Amino acid sequence: MVNYSAQLDRTFAALVDPTRRAILARLERDDGVTVSELAKPFAIKLPAVMKHLDVLDDAGLITRSKMGRTVTVRLSPEPMRAAMEWLRRYERFWSRSLDRLAAYAERKEAEARKSGR
Amino acid sequence: MTSLTLVRRIAARPSIVFDALTTPEGIVCWWGPDAGPVLLAETDVRIGGRFRVRFRMLDGSEHESSGEYLEVVRPERLAMSWRWLGGEDPGESLVEIDLRASAEGTELTFTHSRLRDEDTRRSHEEGWNGALDKLQRHFSRN
Repeated sequence: MVNYSAQLDRTFAALVDPTRRAILARLERDDGVTVSELAKPFAIKLPAVMKHLDVLDDAGLITRSKMGRTVTVRLSPEPMRAAMEWLRRYERFWSRSLDRLAAYAERKEAEARKSGR
Repeated sequence: MTSLTLVRRIAARPSIVFDALTTPEGIVCWWGPDAGPVLLAETDVRIGGRFRVRFRMLDGSEHESSGEYLEVVRPERLAMSWRWLGGEDPGESLVEIDLRASAEGTELTFTHSRLRDEDTRRSHEEGWNGALDKLQRHFSRN
């Protein structure tokens, strides 16, 4: 359970950066891209891209495989799935709670107006 | 992508919404995903104060969450740490609620995120402040 929590923290920490999110979005479109292909659309240098890949790799969000001099990057979807599931659970909880909160506050507002406050 | 954000437009003034969010009388009326009862609601609405809420769902399961108020600005903003009792979601997360007065009453913006990436964002935004906060948390923990 502690591991699950630490894993989620790593996933969310990795996802907080827009460049890393863009890398994942690219891998979602075409999986199995070489590092140099991956780096092309970004305005940052290859070593900076490599650093982002390290973070994504540590979070388990990608895997890298080396063939000769070419490194191919693939998406590893399980941590992302866990993160999405975390968000969905809270969305169910809060979406319904906030609807009820709104209804309650509106009742209170109507009462306050009736009593002239 | 890393946090949940929900927006509600509510036909009630911000102070009424804020009290609904923070008073036990308010909380028992809306907290929870279905019409099951709130069994316990305790709040100490000041920075460093804590809340604890326990509810039963219609399927009979009981759930309890607690946390600490991190920001309290009535009637505009509320931030609190969040933790479930038991193992259903170990670890701590962060709830932030902003209330903005609007023509029809209040626009409520709700965000639930993992504390870790919030820390990251804050330390970027606030530089030293973020680092100092972390230090303080570190020392209060040990």
